[in-house]
Amino acid sequence: MNPRRILAIAYKETLQVWRDPRSLAIALLMPLMQMVLLGYGISLDIKHVPLCLYDQENSQTSREMLQDFTASGWFKTAAILGSNRAVRAAMDNATCIGALVIPVNFSRVLAQTGQAQVQAVFDGTDANTTNIATGYAQGVIAQTAATFARRWDAQHGVRPPTAGSINLQSRVWYNETLDSRNFIIPGVVAIILALVGAQLTSLTVAREWERGTMEQLISTPVTSTELLIGKLSPYFLIGLLDAAFCLLTAAFWFQVPFRGSVLTLILTTALFGIVVMGIGYLLSVRIHNQLGASQIALMLTMLPIAMLSGYTFPLDQMPAAIRAISFLVYARYYVTLLRDEFLKGSSLAEMASSIAALLAYAVAVLWLAARAFRKRLD
Amino acid sequence: MSSAATITAQKLGRSFGATAAVRDINFSIQRGEIFGFAGPDGAGKTTVMRMLAGVLRPDSGSIAVEGIDVIANPEAAKSKLSYMPQRFGLYEDLTVAENIFFYAELFSVPRKLRRARAGELLEAAGLTAFQQRLAGQLSGGMKQKLGLVCALIHTPSVLLLDEPTTGVDPVSRRDFWAILYNLRESGVTIVLSTAYMDEAERCSRLALMHAGKIHYCDTPARLKQAMPGMLLAITAADPRAVRAALADAPGVLGLLLMGDRVNVRVDDAARRAPELRAKLDARNIAFTGINRIEPAIEDVFVALVGGGAPA
Ligand SMILES: Nc1ncnc2c1ncn2[C@@H]1O[C@H](COP(=O)(O)OP(=O)(O)OP(=O)(O)O)[C@@H](O)[C@H]1O
Ligand SMILES: [Mg+2]
Repeated sequence: MNPRRILAIAYKETLQVWRDPRSLAIALLMPLMQMVLLGYGISLDIKHVPLCLYDQENSQTSREMLQDFTASGWFKTAAILGSNRAVRAAMDNATCIGALVIPVNFSRVLAQTGQAQVQAVFDGTDANTTNIATGYAQGVIAQTAATFARRWDAQHGVRPPTAGSINLQSRVWYNETLDSRNFIIPGVVAIILALVGAQLTSLTVAREWERGTMEQLISTPVTSTELLIGKLSPYFLIGLLDAAFCLLTAAFWFQVPFRGSVLTLILTTALFGIVVMGIGYLLSVRIHNQLGASQIALMLTMLPIAMLSGYTFPLDQMPAAIRAISFLVYARYYVTLLRDEFLKGSSLAEMASSIAALLAYAVAVLWLAARAFRKRLD
Repeated sequence: MSSAATITAQKLGRSFGATAAVRDINFSIQRGEIFGFAGPDGAGKTTVMRMLAGVLRPDSGSIAVEGIDVIANPEAAKSKLSYMPQRFGLYEDLTVAENIFFYAELFSVPRKLRRARAGELLEAAGLTAFQQRLAGQLSGGMKQKLGLVCALIHTPSVLLLDEPTTGVDPVSRRDFWAILYNLRESGVTIVLSTAYMDEAERCSRLALMHAGKIHYCDTPARLKQAMPGMLLAITAADPRAVRAALADAPGVLGLLLMGDRVNVRVDDAARRAPELRAKLDARNIAFTGINRIEPAIEDVFVALVGGGAPA
C-alpha cells in the first residue's frame, strides 16, 4: 500500500465533492433537513386526539370518566353525540378519529361487580395513530379505574378483582416524560447517517465509470485497496462531521438526555460509519451509473432501516420471522447502541453484543469492498 | 520475434458476444518506434490498445511489454506504461494542474522532479497559461494535450495513445506530434491508433487493421511500394460522374473518391491515361486534369485491405 497514492485519491475526491453541488447538498444540507423533518415530523406523541363522546347513561360516574378523558390532554372532545348512528356518521366524515361509548348500565354494573366496560372505537385507517391513541385511552381508563377502585375499597373493605391492575410502568421506563421524541431521535440520527453515508459513497466509483475517467485510472498502478481507502476516507470524515452535528442537535436542541460515555459514542458512530460507507462503495463498484447506484443505496438503506431498525416500530412487537430479518439490518445495532448511550447510560458490557455485531459487519463489508473492485473493463 | 522488441503480441484474440473484435493478431514493436494501428471505425483498434494497457483481458494469445507478461501480471506492466483512452479520461471538475498532480502522485513521481517535468510538458503543450482552468473548460485539442501531459508525467517507457488527435485542430495536432517526435528521441516506444490516414503516414511503422485483423504491417514507404498498380488523379467538377464512367474501364483496378478528385488505380499509368481521357471526352464529362501521383496511405489502405477507406 502506498500512502502517497491514498492521499492523492483522497485529495482528488475531496475536491470533487467540494465542486459537486449534489454531493455537497447531500453532505451538508441533508442532515440538517432530515433532522428537522424527522425530529419534528415523526413525533409519536399525539396530543388532542379528536374524540366523540356518547354517554348512554349520563350518570355522575360516567361524567367523571369523560372528565378524566378530556383532562388528560391526550384527547379533546370533538362532539357529544346521542346515538350509535351519529357516532358512525362522525367517524365517517372524520369529525373525530375515535369515539367513547359509555353503556346505559355503566355505573350500576360497576357498583355491583366492581368491574364495568366502556367501548372505545377508533378509526383504523391510520394504524399508527390508532395504536397510540388506544394506548392513551387504556392509560386514562386505568387511572379512572384506580380512582374508582380506591373508592370501592373504602366502601367494601376489599379489593375488586381487576380494577387498577393495568400496569403502565413498563412503557415509560427510560423515558420518564413519556416523550416519544427521546425514543425517536437516536433512531433519526442513525437513519440520517446511513442515508448520507450510503448516498455519498454510492456515487464515488459510479461517477468514474459514468464520466469515463475509470479507464485511465485503472491503467495506473493504483491498487483496489488504495482506491477503497483513498475514496472512503474523505466521506468518512464528512460522515463523522454530520454525525457530530446530528448528535449535538439531539442532545442540545431536542434535549434528549445523554447518560453514556462520549468516547463510546464516538467509537460506535465511527464503526457504524464504516459499515454504511462500505455498503455504499460496494454498490458503487457494482453499478456503473450514479443514478442507479444512489437509487439502490436509498432503497437498501431507507426501507429496511425505517421498518426494521426499531427506530419507530418496536422490534419486539413484530412477528418472529420479521424480527429475524431485522438482525440483518445493521442499523438496528446502532439504534440500540444510541438508545443505550443516550437514555440508559449502559455499561460497555451491556452493549458488547451490539458492538460486536457492528464490528463484524464493518470487517465483512470492508473485506468485500476491497475485493469487489476489479481493475478491468470487463 | 526479435529479442529487442519492447512489445510482442501473439495470436491475440478478443470477442464480445458474437462480435470478434480482434482475431488472432501478431505484431512486435521495437524500442523507440512510433507504431500505428490504422483502420476504420470498428476495426478493433481500441480493443487492441486496451489489451496492451492491461485493462481488458484477451480471450486468447499473449502480450509482453518490456518483458512483462501483461496477462499474467498486468499490474507490473502498468508502472511501465501510460495509456490515454480514446474517450477523454481526465477529471473535468479538476483543474489542469490538479489533474497533473493527481497522476504524478499515482505514479509516485518524486516531488522535486514533478515541478520541473510538469513545467516542461506544459510548455511544450502550450498549456502553461491554463494551469488553473478546469479541464472540462478546455478545447478538444487542449484536452488531448493535457491527456498527453498526464500520461508523460512519470516518464513511461511505453506510451499507448488511442486516437489521440481525433477532433483536434491542426495547430494542436502539430504541437502534439512535436512532443511525440521528441519522446521518440529519448527512447520512448509510442503506440497509437488513428483513423486519419495523413496522420498514419507519420508513424515509423503501420498496421493496417480491418474487421479485427491486421492485413499489412510495414513502414509507410514499403506499404506504398506494396500497392499493386499506379495512381492517376482526375480532378473534375463532378467526380462522381467520373467514377461512374470509369468503373469498368480496362486496366482500372480501383477508384477512390477524394473530394473534388478521383484517384484511379491502374495497371499501367502511361498506357491508360490517354484511354481514360478519351473515354471521358466521349461521354462529355468535364475534367481539369489527369496526373500521375504518388499513393498516399489512404490509397494503399483501400488497395490492400479493400472495403471502405478510413476517414
Ligand atoms: N465493450 C464492448 N462490448 C461489446 N462490443 C464491443 C466492445 N468493445 C468493442 N466492441 C465491438 O468490437 C468491435 C471493435 O471495436 P473497437 O472499439 O475496438 O474498434 P475501433 O477500431 O476502436 O473503432 P473506433 O474507430 O470506432 O474507435 C466493434 O464491432 C465494437 O462494436
Ligand atoms: Mg476506438
